[in-house]
Order: sequence, then structure tokens, then C-alpha cells
Amino acid sequence: MDHILSVLVFFPAIAGLLGFVVSKESIRAYGLSVAAIEFLLSLWLWFSFDGNYPGFQFVEVAPLIPSFGINWYLGVDGISLFIIVLSTFITLVGLIALSIEKDLKNMIISLLFLEMTMVGVFVALDAIVFYIFWELSLVPMLYIIGAWGGNLRIYAAIKFFLYTFAGSLIMLVGMLVMAYLYYQATGVWSFSITEWHRLILPADYQFWLFLAFFIGLAIKVPMFPFHTWLPYAHGQAPTIGSVILAAVLLKMGTYGMVRLPLPMFPDAAVHMIMPVAVLSLIMIIYTAMVAYAQEDMKQVIAYSSISHMGVIVLGTFAMNPEGIAGSIYLMLGHGVVSGALFMLVGVIYDRRHTKLMSEFGGLAHVMPRYATIMGIMVMASVGLPLTVNFVGEFLSLAGFYKISHTMTILAGTSIILGAVYMLTLYKKSFFGEVTNEANKELKDLNGKESMALWTLVLVTVWLGVYPKPVLGPINTSVESLVSFMHKKAITKEAKETIRPTVIEREAK
Amino acid sequence: MLEPISVSLETLNLSTLAPMLIAIVGGLGILVVDLIKKDLDKTLYVMLSILVLFVDLGAVIGQQVGDRGFFDVMLIDGLAVISQVVILVASMLFVPLALTSKRFHEFSYPEFFALFLFMVAGFQFMVASDNLILIFVGLETASLALYTLIALHNRDKAFEAAIKYFVMGALAAGFYVMGAMIFYALSGSVELYKIAEVLKAGGYANMTILLVGVAFMMAALGFKLSMVPFHTWTPDVYEGASASLAGYMSVVPKIAGFVVAMRIFGFLIQADVVWVRDILYAAVVITMTLANIMALVQHDVKRMLAFSSISHAGFVMAAIMIGTTQANSALFLYWILFLFTNLGAFAMLWVSRHKASIWHERYDHPYEKFSGMISIMPVGAVIMALFMLSLAGVPPFSLFWGKLYVMSAAVNADYIGLAIIMAINSAISAYYYLKLIVYMFLRAPEQNDGTVYVQNASKPLQTIIGFSAFLTVFAIFAVDPMLQMITAYVQASGF
Repeated sequence: MDHILSVLVFFPAIAGLLGFVVSKESIRAYGLSVAAIEFLLSLWLWFSFDGNYPGFQFVEVAPLIPSFGINWYLGVDGISLFIIVLSTFITLVGLIALSIEKDLKNMIISLLFLEMTMVGVFVALDAIVFYIFWELSLVPMLYIIGAWGGNLRIYAAIKFFLYTFAGSLIMLVGMLVMAYLYYQATGVWSFSITEWHRLILPADYQFWLFLAFFIGLAIKVPMFPFHTWLPYAHGQAPTIGSVILAAVLLKMGTYGMVRLPLPMFPDAAVHMIMPVAVLSLIMIIYTAMVAYAQEDMKQVIAYSSISHMGVIVLGTFAMNPEGIAGSIYLMLGHGVVSGALFMLVGVIYDRRHTKLMSEFGGLAHVMPRYATIMGIMVMASVGLPLTVNFVGEFLSLAGFYKISHTMTILAGTSIILGAVYMLTLYKKSFFGEVTNEANKELKDLNGKESMALWTLVLVTVWLGVYPKPVLGPINTSVESLVSFMHKKAITKEAKETIRPTVIEREAK
Repeated sequence: MLEPISVSLETLNLSTLAPMLIAIVGGLGILVVDLIKKDLDKTLYVMLSILVLFVDLGAVIGQQVGDRGFFDVMLIDGLAVISQVVILVASMLFVPLALTSKRFHEFSYPEFFALFLFMVAGFQFMVASDNLILIFVGLETASLALYTLIALHNRDKAFEAAIKYFVMGALAAGFYVMGAMIFYALSGSVELYKIAEVLKAGGYANMTILLVGVAFMMAALGFKLSMVPFHTWTPDVYEGASASLAGYMSVVPKIAGFVVAMRIFGFLIQADVVWVRDILYAAVVITMTLANIMALVQHDVKRMLAFSSISHAGFVMAAIMIGTTQANSALFLYWILFLFTNLGAFAMLWVSRHKASIWHERYDHPYEKFSGMISIMPVGAVIMALFMLSLAGVPPFSLFWGKLYVMSAAVNADYIGLAIIMAINSAISAYYYLKLIVYMFLRAPEQNDGTVYVQNASKPLQTIIGFSAFLTVFAIFAVDPMLQMITAYVQASGF
């Protein structure tokens, strides 16, 4: 199938449009079937993907605005493939566990549109197409947070929208400058990301453009000090909103970093390693401490999310295959684990309508199955070996160890701090005696919840024990990316920092 | 004694006048029809007006680009053709908005439609000439007709709006005449191309006097284009006028004004008269930013849209300031996309217009009116949200492409700072557009059975709104052919 990527992008959107016709009673089944088909399509993409070929596959090009060089240009490589699968997977699992009754039809249609934008961002190879989906993803999320959220939902939704919107407009200016520079160099207008990769720019241009792209992406990640929208968005969003936000939408930022500024401006990126690393460290340590101080379970997980995103950024800016591949793997791992954690909080919130840890205690007695899964996921979040996060975190930090030992050791505290706040959360809520009367009669997981959560547990453990089928293709693409950056870099410093593979260095 | 001048009919090239004459004759025809038989229905006049405009459009498209005619005062260049097309298409979309299901008395007068056609002819004169006097005549014809159209809405607010607009317009006309006089004094001509030649030959010797002339012109056009600080009339006038006319006013008079501004400032900017560019730069930034900030605090959707259209005008004025071919093409692209979106948004307000103010004693369209519209009237809410997202510049809706192209023009002309200011302003503006979306989608409905939103709805109005929404969503496919056509026309007229 030549147009599988276009099908992947438009299938949920068309299904969403048709969903307006489906009756209210059947909409849940409809949404589930659509998400399942989309997931199967993405699996098909995975199986027909050639893991040994590092470049873009399933490429599609069609002119959109030819006189301005804007094309419908799609393609996947090892870096984007698994994030696409993650998006469709999380949407499906989220829909299985969906417990919302109010305006279910609107919710499912918004989710399907959101799925289109998520897949669109990860398959786009034209900067403007990328930007379209990037911005469009804000609209359904605004609605999901704003319509089904908590008391401050409108404030949270608008804050979420405006932060990202403002940042991405700066990125848009960067894109326009980049297109203009490309035009000056070649005489042709192009917004093609792969064409832009080939453009070698002088260092000062690189620096400013890097900054423009980085600000836009960093707000989405969210990097310190632009992170303040995230706790609000998570705090107010309904469960499904948090799940998708944490699992997929945040990854757009880190994925964008690997796709756009790094290969485009390798010298500036190397030049900026230290400032970015310092910001990441602040993210990692500071938000971990903030997470410990929270009383609300969901806020703990929201801040832990920021902390983990810090590790991802750090790994990305290690600029070597281990670091970048590790950070991409951690994106997947964090997607699965944080998605599961938000879902778990949603389970207890549905039953008690509170997320305060002080309200709970001894839940392990009342809800053993729930406590088991929560236990596994807490361990996964901490980065226990044989879970998915361990692989990603280890590789990211190992990659950055080559850049700076001290900083890596400092970043390593994230694992300790993570253990502190996650285990505290677990201890406060699950161990001890059941003190609160309201908790005595709580029902354990129902079928839908078990199904969704056990699937996530399965993936967590599978990817932790045997990461090769996923890590292999990622590594192939990342290695070619890094050797490309190495070739492209113009300053000596950058050439030295960006090393294609470790073995090569030792052989010399 | 003056020499007798013999003029042959061929050299007059009367065909250059044909489009305006068609509109004027059409207007007179409507009056004649009224004389012959009284009390004909408004549908007749609406359809007659559309037909006249259609013939007019045909005449405009059939014109030879690059022609001069009628004692050389008419100039049919690419700008003239393309702006007339925009004016006529917008007018054709506006006229059917008179076909409301509720009866508004202005539309029962045939004079309304006659005046409307005269106004269109006035705007056409404005854009199809580089003679300062003919531009003035066009400007005043159009403005006088417009004042009357506003007053015909027959509410206290409408009279207030008309008077306010009239007073401001008269002041602007005075400024314009003073400016034209100074240009004449400097160069002995009222033809812009001759003024440019003479000034260039003289090496811009009388810079100070030229500055005064430009200042007068800028003030005059500033009033017409509602640039800050000459914008104060805009929100009040839009509020007083009917929503449909306000939508029209936010699009058509401005495109005419842009073309005149392009002609007047274009040659000065191209000749590197630096301070003209600097003054314009300042005016553009102030207009965009201040209007945006004022739009943030409005309580009424119509007033918000008024301030937003000031801000958009500032955005587009930047293109004139940049002055490259790409920028000038971007201006037209932006304004064509803006036409459909903004007219659609105002038409949505027009559909929900009530005769009595039931929501608020002061405002017709407070935000509260749209609370929870999604659960009462989902289709209407989604369409309105589309218009708002498009105005905010969310891709892939229509105005995003306009913004993209204007910002790209700024970047390409080395105005990266300006591009960043535009980006920041777009981000600010997102807030007030979102505010309406928040009210429509995220708030609970107030007591309201939904009829309020479709009070005025009729098939023609729904068709126009649907058409605008369609173009707003699928603009991406229209941008390329439009861009090529616009660029060809703009290039042909040397801008």
C-alpha cells in the first residue's frame, strides 16, 4: 500500500466526521472499532517497515502550494515509527478505559480528531504540514480539558493553548527564515525538512534559528521555566486528556527536537549543550522535589512527568547514538508508563472523586488487583530494571555520561528522587490500615479497566525485558542521523562531540 | 487664451469607465424601477443588485491591463483589476445578507440598493486611478453613500454611528485635500506617476514640505483604514451599523484604502525615502498591538471583531511598508482570505440579531449570549469556532496562509523583528478569539431555547455562511492558484 501514511492520518479524521451520524448509544463501540482499526493499520506499518534501512520509508509527496514550496510530504523512519504506534496504541487503550458518560459522542469525536493530529505530526516531513498538525492538536485538547475538566478547567485549557501557540509562532518565524535561507542558497522555495537538513549554515545563523525552534519545542516538552502550564493542564484534565497529553502530546516536543533543530543546526546544538543540560537538570531535580511536596496523586505524577521529560531532553542532547536512541526509547517508555499511571489515578478518582493522598491508605487490602498494577507501574516509573523506563533512562544517561560526568551523576539522582516520591505515594495510599470509612467498600478494577491496564503492564514488561525489536530500528535510524550530523558539522567542537558510533572511536 | 483642445472618442478610451458606469446605471435603474412601480419586494432589488454587480465583474475582468483612459485619469493596472474583483465579490456576498427572515426596514427602501451600487462605483473609482482628484471623488462618493447606509439602520446607535463616521470622514477628507495640495505645490501635478517623476528629478529637495504632505495623507488614509490613533470611530460605528454592514465595512473600504496607500506610499518607499518607511513601521506596530490589547477587554463580540479587524488592517499595512512584490501580493492574498472569514463571522452575528436587546442593555452580542451554544446549536457553534480559529491564524484554516505569506514577505525583506512582532500579536489575538470559543463550547448554556441564534436565519444567509465556512476550511487548496494570479497582476502593475 503506497499511501498508508495518508490513510493513517486521515482515517481517524474521516471516521470522526462520520461519527457525527452515529447514534449516541453506539458511539462507544464505533470509537473503539475505529481506534482498533487505526492501531492495526499502524501495526501493519510496523511490520512492513524495513528495520535495516535507516532513511525514510513509505514516502509520499504531493504538491499543496507549489509556488511557495509547500508539499504534502510524509515519511517514517525508525525514530517516528514507534511514536506513531504509541499514539494509536494509547488512543485505543485510553478509549477502552474511558469512563466518561457526559457528552460521550463529542469526546470520542474529539479524540479521533486528536489522533489524526498526533499521527500527522509524527509522519510529516514538510515543515508546514508539521506545523499544521502541531497547532491543530491544540484545538481538540483545548476542548477535552475545557469541557470535561475540573473546576479550573477553562483557565487550564486556555493556558495550555496560549503557551504552546505563542511558542510555536516563534518557531514559525524560524521556519520562514529557514525557508528564505534555503531559497537564497538554492533559488527554490522548499519547506521540506529533509531538504533543510542538507543546508549548512554559518554558526551565527544556526544559533538564532536554533533558539527559535528550541523555544517553540521547549514550551511543549515542557522545559523549565515554561513548564507551569503542565501541572494545571494535568490537574484539570479528565483522565483520558491527561493520558494522551502525557503519553503523546509532550513527545511532540522532544520528537521535534530530534527531527528539526538537531540535524539542521548541529553546531549550534553542540554549542548549546550546556545551557540545555542545565535547564534539563533543573527540570529533573527541581520538579522531582516539587513532586514530593504534592498532596494530590495526579500532581505527583504530573511533576514526575516533567522530571522524566528532563531525562529525555538530556539524552537527546548527548548527541551520540546511545543518548538519542535512549531518549527515543524513553519517550516510548514514558508514554506507556505515565499513561498507565494517569489511568490508575483516574480509576480511583472515578470511585472516590478525590485524588488527595490523605484520603486514602490501605487500598491494597480493598483493591488488591488495582494495587498490584499500581505497584508495577510505580516501579516502572522509578526505572526498575526489566521495565521499559530502565532501558531508556540508562541509555540516555549513558549517552550523556560522555558529555559530562558530573551532570550525569546529578541527573542520576532523578532515579533516587523518583523512588522517594513514587514510593511515598504508594506507601501513603496503599499500605497501612484502611482508616477512611469511605474506602472500605471500594470496588476493585472492572473488566474494561483491567483489560486496558494489563495491556499496558504487558507492554511495559515486554519492552523492558526484550527491547531489541523496537530498539533495533530506532538505533539504525539514529546512527545514520548522528553520522549525518557529524558530517554536516562545521566547527571542530561539534565534530568532536558528535561521534557516530562508539566502536568506531575505539577502533581508531 | 487657452488653446481649444480637440479630443477624439478613441483617445478617451471610454471602456475604462465601463465597470463604474455599469454600477451607476444599475443604481439609477433601481430608482427608475421604483418610480414605475412602488412597493416591490426587497428580493427583487437584491437580485437586481447581484446581477448588476455580476455584469460589472465581467466588465472588470474583460479590461485590458495596463490601459489608461478618459483624459488619462483612469489607470487600469493589475492592482485596479484585482482590487475591483475583491470589491465586487465581497459586495455580491454582502447584498444577499439583506434577505433576512425578520424584517428590517432599511432593506425595504430601493434607495438602499441604489446607494449601495453608487458606493461600489465610488470604491471602483478610488482603486482605478492614480489621479489624486479622481481618487478623492471616488472616496467621497463611496463614503457619503456609506454614511447614509449606516443611518438607514434606523436605531439611535445607528444615527450616532453615522454622524460619528461622517464627522471623522469629513476631517479625513480635509486632510486628504491638504495633502494633495502639498503634493501639487511640490510637483505641479495631481497625477501620482508625474509627482513621482518630478520629485525624483528634483532629488527630493523640499523634504520638510514633503513630510508635511505625507503626514496629511497618512492621517487621511489612517482614518479610512482605522489605523491607531485614528481608529477611535471604528468600534462605535461597527456597533451602530447592522452586523452585515459592519462586516462589509471591515473589508471593502479598507481594500480600496490599501490600494490608494500602496499607490501613494509605494513610490516614496521605493525611492528610499526612509522616514516614510519608519513612520509606517511605527504605525503598523502600534496599530497591531494596541488594537489587540483593546480587543482583549471587550465585552461584546461585535466590538471585539471591530478591534480585531483594526489589528488585521495593521498586519496588512505592514505589507505596504515592506513594499516588495511578494509583500504586495501577500496583502491581496491576506485580504481575500480575510474577506470570507470576517464576512462569515459578522454574518453569524447578523443571523443572531434581535430587535430588542434582551441580553444586555448596552450590547447586542455580549459573550454571554453565546454561552453553551455547542449544546443548543452544534453546527452554528462549530462554524463560528472555525471562523474564530481562522482569524486567530490556526492552520490550516484560511487566514493562516495569509499570515504565513505576510510574515514570509517580512522575513524575506529582512524585517525579522517585524515578523516576530507579528507572531507575538497573533498569539495575543488568540486569547480573545478563544474567549468566544470558550463561551460557546465550555460554558453551560444560559436560559435559552436556541431560537436566538437563528432569529434572522434564512436560506440565503445560511448559504453565504456555509460558503464562507467551506472556503475557510479548504483555503489550502485555493491558495496556490490565487497566489499565482495575484502575483501576476501585482507584478504587471510594477509593485
